[in-house]
Amino acid sequence: MNNQLNVEIPSDSEVIIGILNNSDSVLKKLYLAYFPMVLQLVISNNGDEDEAKDIYQEAIIVLYNKVKRGDFELSSKLKTYIYSICRRLWLKRLKQLNRYGGDIKDMQEYLPVEDEVEMHDERDIQLNKMGDALKLLGEPCKTIMEDFYMHNRSMQDICERFGYTNADNAKTQKYKCLQRLKKLFFQQ
Amino acid sequence: MKDNQLLEMIDSYLSGEMPAGERAQFDALRKKDATIDAKITEHKHFTGLLKQYNERLSLQSRLDEIHEEIDVHTLKEDLMAHPSWVVQMWRNHHSKISVAASVAILAVLTILYFTGDLSNRDPRFQQLKQEVDRVKNEQRKLGDKTDDIIKSGKATGPAISAKFRGTGFALTGNGYIVTNSHVINGADSVYVQNNEGESFHTKVVYTDPLYDVAILQINDPAFKNLGAVPYSFKKGKSDLGEAVYTLGYPGDDLKFGPGALTAGTGFHGDSTEYELYIPVNPGNSGGPLMDEKGNVIGVITGKQTQASGVAFAVKSNYLLKAIQSIPADSLNKTLTLNTKNTLTSLSRTQQIKKLRNYVFIVKVYNQ
Repeated sequence: MNNQLNVEIPSDSEVIIGILNNSDSVLKKLYLAYFPMVLQLVISNNGDEDEAKDIYQEAIIVLYNKVKRGDFELSSKLKTYIYSICRRLWLKRLKQLNRYGGDIKDMQEYLPVEDEVEMHDERDIQLNKMGDALKLLGEPCKTIMEDFYMHNRSMQDICERFGYTNADNAKTQKYKCLQRLKKLFFQQ
Repeated sequence: MKDNQLLEMIDSYLSGEMPAGERAQFDALRKKDATIDAKITEHKHFTGLLKQYNERLSLQSRLDEIHEEIDVHTLKEDLMAHPSWVVQMWRNHHSKISVAASVAILAVLTILYFTGDLSNRDPRFQQLKQEVDRVKNEQRKLGDKTDDIIKSGKATGPAISAKFRGTGFALTGNGYIVTNSHVINGADSVYVQNNEGESFHTKVVYTDPLYDVAILQINDPAFKNLGAVPYSFKKGKSDLGEAVYTLGYPGDDLKFGPGALTAGTGFHGDSTEYELYIPVNPGNSGGPLMDEKGNVIGVITGKQTQASGVAFAVKSNYLLKAIQSIPADSLNKTLTLNTKNTLTSLSRTQQIKKLRNYVFIVKVYNQ
């Protein structure tokens, strides 16, 4: 894959429409297009390639959610937007790691995106709590929760899968599991 | 209604599987009972979070899959076409380096300022014009006055005392005199005084600060022609080791200074000057530098303060250059240099006897 530096750059509107349509190929194009930029940013500012990957994926998620919510306006170039988010995220990370040397070497201009990153972080905390709660929940509750609420399976399916003799038992089980999950979630 | 039954209803209500009839009933219940409404909202939010978590996981895994295809290592190598360590060092530490450099420059400037090296004047070089101090002024005033009384009022020169003094010597018999430009720098009026103690008013005809040469012309009615000067001016360079001497007025009496030519360049390698080993003092500036045959080979300008006996003189060919560049209209008498040297065959004491009539004290008056 030597041709990565001259990878095809999708147009901004193509990316927006692709995200709205859940297109895998557009997501891939988007990802390949701007990763080098972010890799360079992170590496030239005291980071390594794994940290670049984390930062970049977070930024893509921020963009993805923003587009899905429908409030992404093409007022700036997508490239600038992604760069700004990554820059902000990396700055935050550097400060957390106490590796911040006082200035950041920029590759290009950037936008003020503090609020958006803040919003993303709050959401991230909630989702991580959810993830932790699910891990602590244990089987079979975890699978029941995942199947019903995350994968939208019917109670009938779940009944058969876990061998419950009647649907009411399964429903009672689901109720208990949900109560436990809530407890775990709010305890953290 | 039990909680688990309520949950079941909420689930089917939110998923849209609830039959229309029941749905209307439930809507009505929701409107009536605020706690049920709150429960629905809360449940919706919580399960929404679960769904978002699921979406995040699947997006993350899609991104990871894409990332797998990137050869990050090669990409990194390509991006970081490693610049030399100097450039890297600069990139990583440029702010610190800048601060250090500024501090260093400031420190050097401060030191230079306080040691006086910032001014053009080199402390190791001293120009030999004499600043007559106040006490001496007063004494000489008194002396002049008594002389005046003795000479029954045959006053020559102004009553006030000179502020600076140097030496000058005649270029021609008709009253052109050469001295250093630093001697007469800033002068209001310039007088020359001969060996007999007679002062004559002069006018500055030309100054050349570059070669430190000034040409004066005596324009005093009391002045009588000196007759042809006995020395000639050497056009070529003189050789190292040549025995030389100077005459000058560091004090009120003419003083002889014997010495030798020690280098072909002057202070800081100045090629317009000779370096000499010769005793000179403030007041010697502008004096003639003579070789043994009685040729003028230079004009004394200054001495080095850190090595005793080392002095400097402008080479005679630069004096000649300065004379040539005098604008013709500032000369109202001819300035034709003597080419006949009548000192050649004389002993040194005889030479000096003849020379003393052509060497003057230059007195400078200003406010």
